[in-house]
Amino acid sequence: MFDIQTQLFEGQDVRFGPIDHEKDPEIESKWTHDAGFMRMYDVAPARPMSAAMIKKQYEKLEKQIEEDKNLYYFTIRAKEDDRLIGKAMIQWIEWSHGNGWIQLGIGSAEDRCKGYGAQALRMLIHFAFAELNLFRVSARVPEYNEAAIVLLKKFGFVEEVRRRQALDRDGRRWDLLVFGLLKDEWQNQA
Amino acid sequence: MRDLFRGELVRLTSEEPEIQAKAEVRWQRDTEFHRLADSDPAEMSSEKKIKEWFEKRIDEGFKPERYPFCARTIDGDKFIGFFGLWVDLIHNEAWVGIGIGERDFWGKGYGTDMMKLCLQYAFTELNVHRVSLGLHEYNPRALKSYEKAGFRLEGRTRKDMLREGKRTDSLWMGILREEWSQMQNGD
Repeated sequence: MFDIQTQLFEGQDVRFGPIDHEKDPEIESKWTHDAGFMRMYDVAPARPMSAAMIKKQYEKLEKQIEEDKNLYYFTIRAKEDDRLIGKAMIQWIEWSHGNGWIQLGIGSAEDRCKGYGAQALRMLIHFAFAELNLFRVSARVPEYNEAAIVLLKKFGFVEEVRRRQALDRDGRRWDLLVFGLLKDEWQNQA
Repeated sequence: MRDLFRGELVRLTSEEPEIQAKAEVRWQRDTEFHRLADSDPAEMSSEKKIKEWFEKRIDEGFKPERYPFCARTIDGDKFIGFFGLWVDLIHNEAWVGIGIGERDFWGKGYGTDMMKLCLQYAFTELNVHRVSLGLHEYNPRALKSYEKAGFRLEGRTRKDMLREGKRTDSLWMGILREEWSQMQNGD
């Protein structure tokens, strides 16, 4: 039997949604003013961004999704009041090889450590394997992002690559790790 | 000072778009070459399109994150391949890519010589902290060459490619500035 009743975008406390071009820019702008979050989320230079800049970024993102066809982007929303709490994506998909890279962040500090990230990651992985039919997903994590490493390992990701001293932050070098999860490893967990 | 552009077997050049396009049109027919060098599906592009691509790069002008080179043999002055460095200016890291389109020059040390030139350029001209590369596990000749040039294996992303119905790993390698310097002193 095909299990198409399982909702791909509904978690216990969170759901995936599209971008809200009216309301989201202001909220995401606030996240970008949190340097700590920015440095955990990405290896690009952290910089505060205005709502207008975020708006432009959303437009660019949607254009890229339409043209490149190798990127899936979701906003993460709290089910109780539909507020924006984070973002999740699968990018750099190579369709001919069946692989892609995941990235996920819970934006505001008060929404962290509540299991929302784990719920969103569970949905993102399910989407990657059961909807996109990828064979594997990868994740790139700086060695200092301990919370992300713990979460990925909990979901069965294997540390595969340690790119020694690949990052320069706070006046020192850090390793950049690559984690991988294969579809059969994910299936065997269930 | 050392000659940045001259190795033992090859020298580093920049070729005219016409010459590069003509060579690429021939090299793209060799799918083994493509599959060793790349993970994108092999494709056929017209000489016109390839030439325009190279001309566009010229129009864009100098970009501090991009250093594309060509390789000519010192003996015979033959254009045999390309290589290039892409720099992450924020984290001071360079990625290197290398390809020898002329099959007669495979397995004879030309690639290792090109890589040595690349590393010398990356560490003494671009002054990066580390140089990185990726390769396919079914390319043991490249692995041996990169190890000879000083790269260390840093891991493998398991089964991330599908070739002829078989799953295969990608290998990730890196060399740090201090490791490269030590090798030079050892020479």
